[in-house]
Formats: sequence, C-alpha cells, structure tokens
Amino acid sequence: MKNKIILSVLVLFFTFCFIVLYKGLNNSNIYVPETKIEKTLIKFNSTDLYSENKISSDQIFVGSEYYVLNIWASWCVPCRAEHPKLIKLSENKSIKLIGLNYRDNPKNAKKFINEFGDPYFMIIKDNQGIISVDLGAIGVPETFIIDKDKKIIKRFLGSLTEKSLNEINLITK
Amino acid sequence: MKLSSFLLIILITFNFTNLNSEENNDKIKNKISKNIRCLICQGQSVYDSQSDFAVSIKLIIDKKLNEGLNENEIYDFLKKQYGEWISYDPEFNKKTFILWILPILLFVIGGAIILRKFIVQKL
Repeated sequence: MKNKIILSVLVLFFTFCFIVLYKGLNNSNIYVPETKIEKTLIKFNSTDLYSENKISSDQIFVGSEYYVLNIWASWCVPCRAEHPKLIKLSENKSIKLIGLNYRDNPKNAKKFINEFGDPYFMIIKDNQGIISVDLGAIGVPETFIIDKDKKIIKRFLGSLTEKSLNEINLITK
Repeated sequence: MKLSSFLLIILITFNFTNLNSEENNDKIKNKISKNIRCLICQGQSVYDSQSDFAVSIKLIIDKKLNEGLNENEIYDFLKKQYGEWISYDPEFNKKTFILWILPILLFVIGGAIILRKFIVQKL
C-alpha cells in the first residue's frame, strides 16, 4: 500500500514536470519587453542632425499634446520599409514626430532622408546609443508615444505597421 | 635637487593612483557587463556581444561609473530600463522564489530520506 502511494506520487510528480517542460517548448525564448509602459522620460541632451545645434529634451518636448519618437538609422533595412508609414503618420497634426538617428553617419542619414522624404518635425542624433538606452530601447526601428507630461505611454518594437499607425492615431486623437 | 626628487616621487605616486583607479573601473565595468544579458543576441552577455545594443550598454556602464554610481546602482538602473530579465542574477521575489527555494527543498527532503534510511539500517 505504502509503495503504491509513493509510486503514484512519483508518477504524478514526473507527469507534472513533463507537462510544464512540454508547454515550455512552445514558448518563445526571445525576450520581448513590455510595450505598455508608464515611464517618465529621462532628461537628455542631443544635437540637431542638420543645424548641429545642441538641444535638450526640455526644448524638444514642448508645445504639443503628444510626441512620437522614432528611432531609426540609414543602415537599418526595416527602417526603409517603415519610412512610408512615417510619411503617412506625419499627416497627423496632433503629434510632433521626432526622429532619433541611432549610431549613424550624418552624411548617410541625410542621404536617406533626401531619398525617402522627411516625415520628421526634427531629427536629433544619438551617436553612441546612450539616449536610446535611457529610453529603454533595444534596437532600431523602435517608436515611442510620449504625452505632454513627458511620460512614455506606449512603445512599438520593430517597424510600424498599419495596425500600429491606427493605434497611434487612436491614442493621439 | 631634493625638492625635484620629492616632486618626482609625488608625480609618480599620483600617476599610479590614477592608473589603479582606471584599472579598478575597468574591472567593475567588465564584471557588470558579464552579468548583463545582451537583449539582441540573447545567448551572450553584453561583455561577449558586439551588437550595437551591447556597445551602447558598455558605454552607459562607463558613463554611470564616471558619474560615481556603484555596481548595484548600475544594475538597478538597467533593470528599471529593461526589466529584471536583463540581469543574469535573478532577485528573490514572488516570481523567482520557486527557482531559489526548490533546490534547497529537494536537498533537505533528499537528505532527510537518506538520513532516515541510514538510521533505519543502523537500528
């Protein structure tokens, strides 16, 4: 009787372990950070891509209800695919679209903008990628919606899609 | 002559102190970057990875050390930005308690079973 109980407990234990591990096999092992975030923007200083003037985050995030900050680079292939979406997004007058040029050569960045169009209200440089880390970004492209209180309210990892454009327009309406 | 020798000794000592502090900073920087996961190439630490993300994280660790932050404050900053997952050393909390307690529990239960058998055999 005692042996039967031990055997049943062992069988149950191993079945439980098997189910947990088997379910785990289907889980993605790629880490995806939270997309709904309520984080205040850390103050930073940057340089304007065109004028080379120094500018602080307090000077950038002023005078609008919502800001959309898009991290991009001329060497980033998905950014090229995303660019028409940003051009479309620039028609939304209730937002200020700011481009953060990530670890890029300014010459190449300007060439990219000349070729594909300029959807941005302003483009600032992040030569070392430090501003992106302050934002909590992991790569390019990445897009953040920031409200007038400088709170990051939503992030989009990877290229923007039609769905994410609709979402941005809905939030910033 | 005496004064110039004295000044030379001071100068050398000062330079060595500077060198030591730089070496120390490098050691801490390497230690932190080895304990931080690269979120782009997730099998590697920031120390091993050459991705843009890892390079930026190494720069930020350097910057924070120069700002006077200590090791734990830098871990806290990175965890705040990227979540607990970025650290290779999980904290003890409600999400990770099983991870920490289970091995101890298994060790205690296993030990108790072995001890019990040993005592029974002796009797």
